[in-house]
Amino acid sequence: MGTITLDKVTKSFGAVQVIPPLDLTIGDGEFVVFVGPSGCGKSTLLRLIAGLEDVTSGEIRIDGRNATETPPAKRGLAMVFQSYALYPHMSVRKNIAFPLRMAGMDKAEQDRRIEAAAKVLNLSDYLDRRPGQLSGGQRQRVAIGRAIVREPAAFLFDEPLSNLDAALRVNMRLEISELHNTLETTMIYVTHDQVEAMTMADKIVVLRAGNIEQVGSPLELYRNPRNVFVAGFIGSPKMNLIDGAEAAKHDAKTIGVRPEHMSISTTDGQWRGVVGVSEHLGSDTFLHVHDTGLADTLTVRCDGEIGVHHGDAVYLTPQPDKIHRFDEAGLRL
Amino acid sequence: MARAVTTRRKSINTAIAWAIGILIFFPILWTILTSFKTEAEAISSPPSFLFFDWTFENYAAVQERSNYFRHFMNSVVISLGSTILGLIIAVPAAWAMAFVPGKNTKNVLMWMLSTKMLPPVGVLIPIYLLFRDTGLLDTRTGLVIVLTLINLPIIVWMLYTYFREIPGEILEAARMDGATLRDEIIHVLTPMAVPGIASTLLLNIILAWNEAFWTLNLTAANAAPLTAFIASYSSPEGLFYAKLSAASTMAIAPILILGWFSQKQLVRGLTFGAVK
Repeated sequence: MGTITLDKVTKSFGAVQVIPPLDLTIGDGEFVVFVGPSGCGKSTLLRLIAGLEDVTSGEIRIDGRNATETPPAKRGLAMVFQSYALYPHMSVRKNIAFPLRMAGMDKAEQDRRIEAAAKVLNLSDYLDRRPGQLSGGQRQRVAIGRAIVREPAAFLFDEPLSNLDAALRVNMRLEISELHNTLETTMIYVTHDQVEAMTMADKIVVLRAGNIEQVGSPLELYRNPRNVFVAGFIGSPKMNLIDGAEAAKHDAKTIGVRPEHMSISTTDGQWRGVVGVSEHLGSDTFLHVHDTGLADTLTVRCDGEIGVHHGDAVYLTPQPDKIHRFDEAGLRL
Repeated sequence: MARAVTTRRKSINTAIAWAIGILIFFPILWTILTSFKTEAEAISSPPSFLFFDWTFENYAAVQERSNYFRHFMNSVVISLGSTILGLIIAVPAAWAMAFVPGKNTKNVLMWMLSTKMLPPVGVLIPIYLLFRDTGLLDTRTGLVIVLTLINLPIIVWMLYTYFREIPGEILEAARMDGATLRDEIIHVLTPMAVPGIASTLLLNIILAWNEAFWTLNLTAANAAPLTAFIASYSSPEGLFYAKLSAASTMAIAPILILGWFSQKQLVRGLTFGAVK
C-alpha cells in the first residue's frame, strides 16, 4: 500500500513561505511526477513527504495514518537522491544491505533480497565493488537497489537522472518506468524536465512558486492546460503564445498554438513570416519563424525533409480546433 | 630558456625549504647531540658538533635518578585519555554544528576558539582551587579532564571542518534507510570522516603530550608526565645540560616517532578541504 495525502500542508523557511497551503492525494501504485522550474518548491515538497523537512502546518497521511511527526526512517518510504548519496566506504552489497541491516533483518533474508535486486538491476557482477569504481548509471542503479530491497510503501525520486548524460538518461527513464510496471508501487518523482514528466508519469503535478498549477495525466495537461503557465511548460517545443489583436479575434487575452498544430506553406496561409533558425532533428524540423507581427518567434514543427531555408518567406496556418484561449488572468477559456 | 629559469627557481626554492627545515629542526638535533656529550663537553666553547666522545652515561644517570617509565605511562594515559574523551564529546558536537546549524552556531564556534586566546594562567588559581577541593590535584583523572577541556575547541573545530566536507544527502539517505542518529554517526559519518578523525586524534595526542603549563602546575609526583620529568632536571642547584638533554630526548622521542610515521596522515588531515 502507498497512498499519500497532503492536507493543507505549508512550509516556511523563516519568514518566507515556500509552500502555501497545499492539498494533494497520491493514489496507491501511481507514478506521480512533480514538475516545475527551478525553485518552484518541488524538491521541498518531496522532502516534506520524506520527513527530511518538518512541515510548518498541515498534515501528511501515509496509508491513512498521520505521519506528520513521524521521523523519516519510520515512514516506510525509500528515497533516491540526485547525487546518488551512496555510502562511499561500503561495497555495493553493503550499500544495498544497509536499510535491511538497520531494520535488523536476518542475514539469509538480506542476501536473498540483495541477490534479487541485483538481478533486476544488472548489478550482480558489481556487488563487491565500491561506489567509486562504478559509472554514473551503475551508481544510480545501486541507489535504486538500496530503495527496492526495503519494499517501501512508496519510492521518492529527487531528480535522479540529472547527473547522467543524455543517452543514459533515456535508458534509465525506461528502466524506472519498467520497474514501476513490475513493482506496482507508488512512485513520486521530482524533475524540472517536462519530457521526463510526460514520458513517465501517470499523473503530473505542475508546480510554480509552491502552488499547484494543475494536476492531471500527461495528455490531459497537454490537451487542456488550465492556464498559460502550464500551457507554456508542458510540451516540447513550447507552445506559441500570442497576445493582442490576433488573440482578440478569438475573444481572448492570449491564444496558444502548439508547434505541431500549425501547417506551413510557401505560397499561402494565415500568418506570414520569415524563417530564422531551423533545427533539424532528422524526423522533424523545428522552424523558428520571425516577423509575423504576432510574437517574437513562432515555432513550427514540420517534416524532416522540408526544403525551406534561412530568410525564406513562409505562411503558417493554425489548426482551428487546436487553438487554446486564455483570459486576462491567464486562465483557460 | 624558460625551462632553465624554472629549474633554477626550483633549486633555489628547494634550498630555501631545506634551510628553513634545518633551522626548525636544529634545536631538537642539538638537544639530541648534547645528550650524548659529557657535562663538560656540553658547555664547552666553542661547542663541538659531531666530533666528541659519544657517551651514554647521561641516559644511565637519568634512568638511575628518576623513573622514566612511570612518567612515560602518565604521559600516555593523559594524552590518549584526554584525546579519546575529547573525541567522544566533540564528534556529536561537531555533527550538530555541521549538519543542523542553528542561528548561533558560528558564534558558539568563535566563542569556543576565543577561549584558546585567553592566557591559561588567568584561570590557573580557580582551577587549582577546584582541583584541590575535589581531590583531583596530582591525579591522572584530573589532568585528563583539564587537557580535554583545553583541547576541546581545537578538536571540535577540526572535526567541524571535516564534517562540513561530507555531503548532507548521504546522511539523509541513511536517515531514510532507517538509521537512528547513533547508527548515522557510527556507521556512516565516522567511517567517512576517518582521515579527518585520525589527524585530529594524532594532533591532539601531540598537543596533549607536549602540554606543559597545566601538567607542571597541577601535578607533583604521582601523575607527573614527561614534561615534569624534563623540568625536574632544570634544578636550582645548577644546570646539567647533558642530563637535561638526555631527559628531553627521552621525553620527545616517542612523540617524534609517532609524528614521523603519521606525517602523511597529519599533513593530509591538516590540509583537508583546502584542495579538492
